[in-house]
Amino acid sequence: MSEEKTITIEVDGQTLEAKPGALLIDVTDAAGIDIPRFCYHNKLSVAASCRMCLVEVEKVPKPIPACATQVTDGMKVQTRSPVALAAQKGTMEFLLINHPLDCPICDQGGECELQDVAMGYGSDVSRFVEGKRVVPQTDVGPLIATDMTRCIHCTRCVRFGDEIAGMRELGATGRGEHMTIGTYIAHSVDSELSGNVIDLCPVGALTSKPFRYRARAWELTRRDGVAPHDSVGSNIQIHVRRNRVMRVHPRENEAVNEVWISDRDRFSYEGLYSDDRLTRPLIKKNGAWAEASWEDALEAAARGLRSVAAADADQIGTLVSPTATLEELYLAQKITRGLGSANIDHRLRQSDFRSEGPAFPWLGQSIAELEKVDAALLIGSNVRKDQPLLAHRLRKASLKGAEVHFVNPLGLDLHFDANQVVSDLAGMVHNLAGIAKAAGGSKVLAGRVSVSDEHKAIAKKLKSAGSATILLGNLAQSHPDYSILYGLASSIAESTGAALGILPAAANTIGAALAGAVPKYGAGARPAEKTGLNARTMLESPRKGYLLLGLEPGLDCANPALAKQALAGAECVVALTAYRSPSLEETADVMLPIGAFAETSGTFVNAEGAWQGFGGAVAPLGEARPGWKVLRVLGNLMDLKGFDYLSSEEVRDELQQACAGARPENDLDNTTDGEIQASAGKLMRIGEVPIYAADALVRRAAALQETKDARDAAVARANATVAGKAGVGDGDTVAVVQGGQRAKLVLRVDARVPDGCVWVAAGVPGSESLGDQFGEISLEKV
Amino acid sequence: MSALETLNKDELFTPEIRAEIDREIAKYPEGQKQSAVMAALRIVQDDNGGWLTQERMDEVAAYLDMPPIAVYEVATFYSMYEHKPVGRNKLCICTNVSCMINGSDKIVEHLNNKLGIKWGEVTEDGRFSLKEVECLGACGGAPMMQVGRKYYENLTPETLDSILDELE
Repeated sequence: MSEEKTITIEVDGQTLEAKPGALLIDVTDAAGIDIPRFCYHNKLSVAASCRMCLVEVEKVPKPIPACATQVTDGMKVQTRSPVALAAQKGTMEFLLINHPLDCPICDQGGECELQDVAMGYGSDVSRFVEGKRVVPQTDVGPLIATDMTRCIHCTRCVRFGDEIAGMRELGATGRGEHMTIGTYIAHSVDSELSGNVIDLCPVGALTSKPFRYRARAWELTRRDGVAPHDSVGSNIQIHVRRNRVMRVHPRENEAVNEVWISDRDRFSYEGLYSDDRLTRPLIKKNGAWAEASWEDALEAAARGLRSVAAADADQIGTLVSPTATLEELYLAQKITRGLGSANIDHRLRQSDFRSEGPAFPWLGQSIAELEKVDAALLIGSNVRKDQPLLAHRLRKASLKGAEVHFVNPLGLDLHFDANQVVSDLAGMVHNLAGIAKAAGGSKVLAGRVSVSDEHKAIAKKLKSAGSATILLGNLAQSHPDYSILYGLASSIAESTGAALGILPAAANTIGAALAGAVPKYGAGARPAEKTGLNARTMLESPRKGYLLLGLEPGLDCANPALAKQALAGAECVVALTAYRSPSLEETADVMLPIGAFAETSGTFVNAEGAWQGFGGAVAPLGEARPGWKVLRVLGNLMDLKGFDYLSSEEVRDELQQACAGARPENDLDNTTDGEIQASAGKLMRIGEVPIYAADALVRRAAALQETKDARDAAVARANATVAGKAGVGDGDTVAVVQGGQRAKLVLRVDARVPDGCVWVAAGVPGSESLGDQFGEISLEKV
Repeated sequence: MSALETLNKDELFTPEIRAEIDREIAKYPEGQKQSAVMAALRIVQDDNGGWLTQERMDEVAAYLDMPPIAVYEVATFYSMYEHKPVGRNKLCICTNVSCMINGSDKIVEHLNNKLGIKWGEVTEDGRFSLKEVECLGACGGAPMMQVGRKYYENLTPETLDSILDELE
């Protein structure tokens, strides 16, 4: 890019360089000159409605708003002249006319923009003696508390809904004195990014409901962290009081989360303090759980695993959650391999392992690059709910004119324009094969596919776009034919020149691959000397000893029934866990309490491969200890070499050395031409993992579980044809049956679910007894 | 999915109303259907006995591909959209300066007594409702009122009686 011309302006006697057309307020902000504002936000459109940023500009007869004024060469601005000050003071007086000034009982008190600016720019005393306006209380759902009497009508929240969340839920109804911000009719605000309006609101009108009346801003210590749920790795600030996480705020990082975080990242901290947190080590004796000292519990765990390994090391199987830290994952694989086994995996929800997949998978591009694509093809992805901030980037691309296509087993509610190709599971493979053939590359399934005009159009767009990407989402990764989907996707990428990417499901999915938590690759994603069983085969041919790190077998595995059966039959199951999950109580022999999110130091590797480290914000609850420490001691007790770390940084440094030279790459020649496993003629389950069921922490976050997204997950969904065949209708209670196991659910008739499919969520209570996430299922009338 | 998203555009309103709204939409450039929101609300309000319900506003939103809240904003901003039932004849009495000076108070008092209703109320038989409005630009004929699309000027209690008798 050529060097852009700059112009010179003068603000308060200071000479500033600026780009022509830049907003005056952006130029002064960059120079550290403070101009008060309420409605202006650099990520939102300019409203210029609050008038707080009025400044005096030479040769302009009246004060003008800095947020809506473009700089011009030679402009002379006064932000503190008598005219500017009088304008600001007058505006402040008007803004306070209807404001209740109830700061002592307002949650925003102490971190309120109105309070701060009133101190700096307002009068001591108001001349207003008339009655103030009062707005009746409204309920907008479990996450946001409202006190609209405090609202100053800046409309940041309204613009956020329109421009960022892509869902206009709030608006300004009425006019003049009677104008109020709200939903008008009583309903909840349901966007998965809704919590950001709490940060945007410059007053106490929109505050956090779970945090309400819990603490004052000045009592909180702020510690940097990284969000633990999706693969964005949003930068957050954890606010702590007396060793308790009180709330979570976003931390600005333009390359990752900009200034936003998803509701899941914001409100999941509540799950830290659920009643079933494990705070003391437990040992199962004669079928009953008993509390034990750390010494006894660690000894029992080490003895159990060592005795299994001594007889046959291959009988050890290690299942790790991809939400664990890099350090924990690295030590877990070090223990497993140290014991002589190679059975370790983090791909708990994957069921098709016919091809191993890339050693070091990734998004295929940086997160910021996603908003610059001209065309995208997403395969098996509900990106809006699974990686909300990646969806936000794609939405930006779409608004700029990018064409986005989905090949999915269900229709999505999206917040941007996209073409959705919806079919059953087998149909997905055929559709993708059609696109691959139209793109002119593939040998995969080539002889057996028909190419539709839609396939041709998608292939053509991917080819002609300046920058295109093909992304495999959570649903694809759990698909019974993932290896074929991957092969087809790579073939399309190869023949169209599009970047092939994976949308990793969990916070540390990529980290787990780097840490060597896979059976074929060791630390640093180097081919392992000895290869072992993957997450599925470890359960299909049950092991005698299992080491579990951070997972709930009934909710985190692709096939919970299979997982529970395999674990129940084992001689020794050692679980490092933050929670007393029912499925662990059933199947484990020793439970070691480890620190959850915010309670341990560590590192997550996000979708673009960035290592983001964090310290522990609070000490683990009760006797729980950071996972890496527990694994270190476990390694030592089993006389394994190289477990004498003093800090998690030492663990990380060791892994970092092993990772030297490792480059993320979704290799393109990884093609499989296997048989399609998803049966076309039979009824198949679409076992999507809903947004608030993704991991153990968020499943326990009380407020999130009351949201519409969570409530909508507690049903079975089928279209009218499928429901009609089973003789059931909307609202009926039905039994879904998988492998002899039944779960009773209310049926919703939903046209978005394709023929031959029933949507039954995975990872939610009630799904523990069911089988494969994407397996055969039947629907019965109760 | 909310009930709204399941609304089928071809089944909203009656064919006549759809045609009328489509005529309004056609006045604006392609892709700017929402510009017709005020006209659409007026058409729908007229069809609905002079007032808007939430369902009707939601239908307008669905028809024009707008978020419902954006329609509520418009419908609550302008005072000529009604959100409560009105009489078959909505008597809009101006009480602004010129009318007030020329005795609009007496007109209002007369109506209060004669019809037994106050601002915003509807007579029991549903024939009349009263609405206080600001200047309608007919100061030359003050005091005045608007009923439907017609202005009645230089009102006195006597002329008012005969006007009311003529209104069904």
